Amino acid sequence: MKSIITLSAALLLLASCNRKMTPGSDGKDASSTLTLSFENYAGDKTVSMNGENYTNASGETFSVTLLQYFISNISLKKTDGTIITLPQDSSYFLVKESLPASKQITLHVPKGNYTAVTFMLGIDSLRNTKPLSERTGILDPAGGAEGMYWGWNSGYIFFKMEGHSTAIPDNKAGTKKFRYHIGLFGGMNSPTVNNIKNITLDLKEKQVAKTGAGKNPVIRVHTNILQMFTGTENISIAKNPVVMVSPFSKHIADNYASMFSLAAVDNK
Amino acid sequence: MKKTQFFPRSLVFGILLFASLLLAGGFTWKEEWFLQPANFPAPVYNSKANPVTDAGFKLGKKLFYDPILSADYTISCGSCHIQAAAFSHHGHDLSHGIHDLLGTRNAPGLQNLAWYSRYMWDGGITNLDLQPIAPITNPVEMGDTLSAVIRKLNADPQYPGLFEKAFGTNRISTDLVMKALSQFMICLVSADSKYDKVMRKEGVVFTADETAGYQVYRQNCASCHPEPLFTNQQFRSTGLPVLEEGDEGRYLVSLDSSERFTFRVPSLRNLKFTFPYMHDGRFYTIDEVLDHYATGISHTTRPDPSFILPDGSPGIRFSPDQRKTLKAFLLTLNDTAFVKNPLYDEAGSQLYIK
Repeated sequence: MKSIITLSAALLLLASCNRKMTPGSDGKDASSTLTLSFENYAGDKTVSMNGENYTNASGETFSVTLLQYFISNISLKKTDGTIITLPQDSSYFLVKESLPASKQITLHVPKGNYTAVTFMLGIDSLRNTKPLSERTGILDPAGGAEGMYWGWNSGYIFFKMEGHSTAIPDNKAGTKKFRYHIGLFGGMNSPTVNNIKNITLDLKEKQVAKTGAGKNPVIRVHTNILQMFTGTENISIAKNPVVMVSPFSKHIADNYASMFSLAAVDNK
Repeated sequence: MKKTQFFPRSLVFGILLFASLLLAGGFTWKEEWFLQPANFPAPVYNSKANPVTDAGFKLGKKLFYDPILSADYTISCGSCHIQAAAFSHHGHDLSHGIHDLLGTRNAPGLQNLAWYSRYMWDGGITNLDLQPIAPITNPVEMGDTLSAVIRKLNADPQYPGLFEKAFGTNRISTDLVMKALSQFMICLVSADSKYDKVMRKEGVVFTADETAGYQVYRQNCASCHPEPLFTNQQFRSTGLPVLEEGDEGRYLVSLDSSERFTFRVPSLRNLKFTFPYMHDGRFYTIDEVLDHYATGISHTTRPDPSFILPDGSPGIRFSPDQRKTLKAFLLTLNDTAFVKNPLYDEAGSQLYIK
């Protein structure tokens, strides 16, 4: 009996030291909701796929025909410093410009006040190496992740943007198309490029998100695709119209790490 | 109480063997189809997570030989992996896909896959269950999408029932398609060559030439092609001069410039059946390969140090006698029973369940 009490005390102590909670798995701790809303922008213009032109830092004009990226491994910080980590299995989302519903990610979280949100752009290396039985739904290479998975070099594509730019010399087909397929999780047997990026947004810059009965605060995140072309290094579409599995992809990833910003927190 | 034996064991075994041969078309799965040969290490593939069953093996075999996995129903896995050629693409230098499209690499033989930890010439895939995705979705191989394949299989009159038998569900998923294919593929065990029988002391011995050749092999080849798989699964450049397409090999996956022009070391098993050789099938005979090692190695593709002679010139040179005996030894790695095993036979693979 004594040992049980000691053990329980030790566990409690461990739990409180750790100050981490995982909601949702038993349903009890996920009593409220909160929405992450991703809004794709090119500078101050919203991204459209109707041929609208934007200009990057290199002065190149381009339009977008496809834009999608994985958001995963979401965690939230409470005002008391507690970190709430969403159950990983239900923490993978593919934000597609072509699918408005995919840009609204509603999370089930414990009731509370939240001061920061952290997420990953991409798919963690561990999940990239899991058996297919643990990659269903949005992670199924034949389902949600179709077109976001490299079969020949097993791994997910994290960020995919395609479009046209008059800056590109004509290709064989006479089109001026650019294709950015950025992935790479660091390698399975030997290390390679790692383009996974973690992003933290400080909600206090706007206001604390308050969840609770009858409430659903919306954290509005702006994704500025122009940032993909600048920051650590200017990316010229004319010089690099196709970037996929290459060392150069690192520059794009270093840039896109800073394309997210907090637009507003709407406490609804 | 002492057990009474009505028949000698060998007789029972003989009857069983005869019965199984009779039933070659309608065989029943037996555990010994995927066993660790006595001269092999433990397999790498985790078959506990995907235990081979009779229904799973048959389903995997049917899928392996079914062109339903390609965009226009013309190419199956078995199109480029032919049993008579030890599951390589008999005589083809480059793989040949839908619409007569050619790939850039040679379709390698399939054998002992459960003992491998990396697949493809560049090792871009490290799990057998993920491997078939590459040829299915490669536009110059089977040229399909995975979602289309899953849709076609679900709409097929036979497959949902076969998945039900194999996995207890008729909902066909990526996971289960790959598991079925793996169940068939891990059973492609080639361990019955003369070499294997000698090593297992099954009453067979090497000739004098083979014995001498075995020593030549051990001194010159075994560091990259170690027994019993005859590959160390590492990436090496054999100093092949770059052809027009300039395949950078492992570099395309690892992005490590020191691995430019390296490819996974292929096994030396079943060479009789798996020609042509090298990642692009440029050599049709073993002599051409040995000639390349002797005098053809190019510095431009940074050959592995094992190909550099003490005087700094590249090459592995054998005397005529060494070459003769080495070739005699290599012949002992051919497994005729493997290429003729009715268990893997394409004939009847689509017919086994009505």
